[in-house]
Amino acid sequence: MASFDLNDDSVVCIVGSGAGGGTLGNELAQKGIKVVILEAGGRHEIQDFINDEWGSFAQLAWKDMRTTSGTWRVAHDFPNLPAWIVKSVGGSTVHWAGASLRFRDYEFKARSTYGALPGTSLLDWPITLAEMEPYYAKAEFKMGTTGTNDIPRLPGNNNFKVLEAGAKKVGYKEVHTGNMSINSQPRDGRGACQQIGFCFQGCKSGGKWSTLYTEIPKGEATGNLEVRPNSMAVKIEHNDAGLVTGVVYLDGQGKLQRQKARVVAVAGNSLESPRLLLNSASAKFPDGLANSSGQVGRNYMRHMTGSVYAIFEKPVHMYRGTTMAGIVRDESINDPKRGFVGGYELETLSLGLPFTAAFLNPGAWGRSFTSAMDDYANMAGMWIVGEDMPRETNRVTLDPVVKDANGMPVASVHFDDHENDTAMRNHAYKQGAAIYDAVGAVRTFPTPPYPSTHNMGTNRMSEKPRDGVVNKFGQTHDIKNLFISDGSQFTTGAACNPTLTIVALAIRQADNMAGMMSRTEI
Amino acid sequence: MRKIDGRVRVGRRTFLQGTAAAAAAGVTFSAKAAWAAEAKTLTPHQMATLALMARDIFPHDRLADVYYVRAVTPYDAKAGGDGAFHEMIAFGIERADQDAKSHFNAAYIDVPWEEQRVVVLQGMEQTPFFSKIRGDLVVSLYNQKEVWAKFGYEGSSAEHGGYIHRGFNDIDWLPSV
Repeated sequence: MASFDLNDDSVVCIVGSGAGGGTLGNELAQKGIKVVILEAGGRHEIQDFINDEWGSFAQLAWKDMRTTSGTWRVAHDFPNLPAWIVKSVGGSTVHWAGASLRFRDYEFKARSTYGALPGTSLLDWPITLAEMEPYYAKAEFKMGTTGTNDIPRLPGNNNFKVLEAGAKKVGYKEVHTGNMSINSQPRDGRGACQQIGFCFQGCKSGGKWSTLYTEIPKGEATGNLEVRPNSMAVKIEHNDAGLVTGVVYLDGQGKLQRQKARVVAVAGNSLESPRLLLNSASAKFPDGLANSSGQVGRNYMRHMTGSVYAIFEKPVHMYRGTTMAGIVRDESINDPKRGFVGGYELETLSLGLPFTAAFLNPGAWGRSFTSAMDDYANMAGMWIVGEDMPRETNRVTLDPVVKDANGMPVASVHFDDHENDTAMRNHAYKQGAAIYDAVGAVRTFPTPPYPSTHNMGTNRMSEKPRDGVVNKFGQTHDIKNLFISDGSQFTTGAACNPTLTIVALAIRQADNMAGMMSRTEI
Repeated sequence: MRKIDGRVRVGRRTFLQGTAAAAAAGVTFSAKAAWAAEAKTLTPHQMATLALMARDIFPHDRLADVYYVRAVTPYDAKAGGDGAFHEMIAFGIERADQDAKSHFNAAYIDVPWEEQRVVVLQGMEQTPFFSKIRGDLVVSLYNQKEVWAKFGYEGSSAEHGGYIHRGFNDIDWLPSV
């Protein structure tokens, strides 16, 4: 394994080791480029994972203080937990569910397709599906996505069978176990899914793709990649010429260190990435790095989400098996006649008993709630993932009061649903309940969104520098050797779980970054 | 379908701690109960009231009193080390007793019907005391591994080889499609 000197200014320094950072790090290492990844969390391997929702949350979740505001219910129910993401090597690829969907063509052209909706900051991506297709193909091959590359789909569990039967009864056509980056058969040195459940708690079989045990060890094996756990980036530094020169971080002993770098790539998820840019403000860049547009932190998207749970007369045991291997795709179209633009997917989802208690209806108590819990064994569940509208006022800012243990302002997240989001959610609640009613549900629950798992848009990609933070390669408009490599690049969110697109963008970014380096442009 | 044995499995450690015996003997929500008298900082009346409130907030007829007692027992130690918390508990219970007396002419713990006690709790729903108790119970009640089987939840599965040979797809009552 490589170990690079703090003063080695030839390295690419990546902040974050998840879908974006972990993939970019390996791709660059494979090309012979020296990489240091700074990961805020510790290194928990497969054998460390625990099949216990609260125990695993304590082990893996990002629990550092954050604040919230806005009309979204999360701000009321979970005021200091706006997002449920991971602080550990592998980032949120440790707890992601594995759903791997390509954007549809129109979803890269949201502004042109949906028009100028009042109260939105819609914009077209500066790239098209045609340009992304080769990289989607590379990402699917890398991740072993079912339903691609002749990889069979996963077998359906009980929760899927309920969804499938109901969806077909109400007339939906495209219903299957999804495109999942979970091995349905042994592949790439990893075994097949054992239907353990607990996909969100770290996959104990390694069947689910995670940078933790794919990209990162592969990159480390080249001798070009060093991953430093327990290294929390606090500031990116720059020189008089306005180029970044390195990253100051807090090491595991609580000491500040400075890693010099030729290039810095930020991949700390959509809350921490803008926070780091804003906390790096200087005399030269008083509004934060790469923020001449004022767009850093704005256009925060979290997907239009929600869940529908239903109780049946007989047992389902929804928690048995792969959590999210099940999808209804028919509503993932743009059909404004439904009363909203953009579309949504319905995907199976289950929670264990402890998290069902916490999330079925936060704040609820009494017999209405406990009678639902009493029928936990007879419960089926689905998650709604729809495109939400970007808004300038939905944003991550630095909290004016609250600081972390290092004295740096924490991220404050403001979010209000757009009326398009609300209309879409209500439609999805109705359709989800209809699916379950069709197979005999005795009670259904329109469950509100959980703390956000899909965080996007806060350093968005734009053709024109004034509209966003990065160009079509994730390179910041303002600083040519500073890149963004996570979901915060997303111009819009589509109706897709974001990981596949983050990975495809990272592969593409590695190609372009390597080209710029070899041409000594950066 | 593979059914789940909902009986509580009594481990040796649990047995030695005496809670299994307590469950068998029947724990009561009374200030005179031995478990309530063991409290060091909170009074037996406060402990018993908290346990009954726990059941009234999350009433499960399938759960014996012992699980509610277990959920609130840590409050005694917490009150011992945190004066502000101790005060909040004391004020909260005093308020509940006052409200119960004005509505039903009895202390909270002596109000006979759950529906009546729920009226008292509804009146306190916006207080920090109620939010704290309700919020904590979500974890302290439902995260007791002993209750999981009673709800048909099987807990950790990896050490059993997952569900691939244990019923992940054994649903047998759906209409054919």
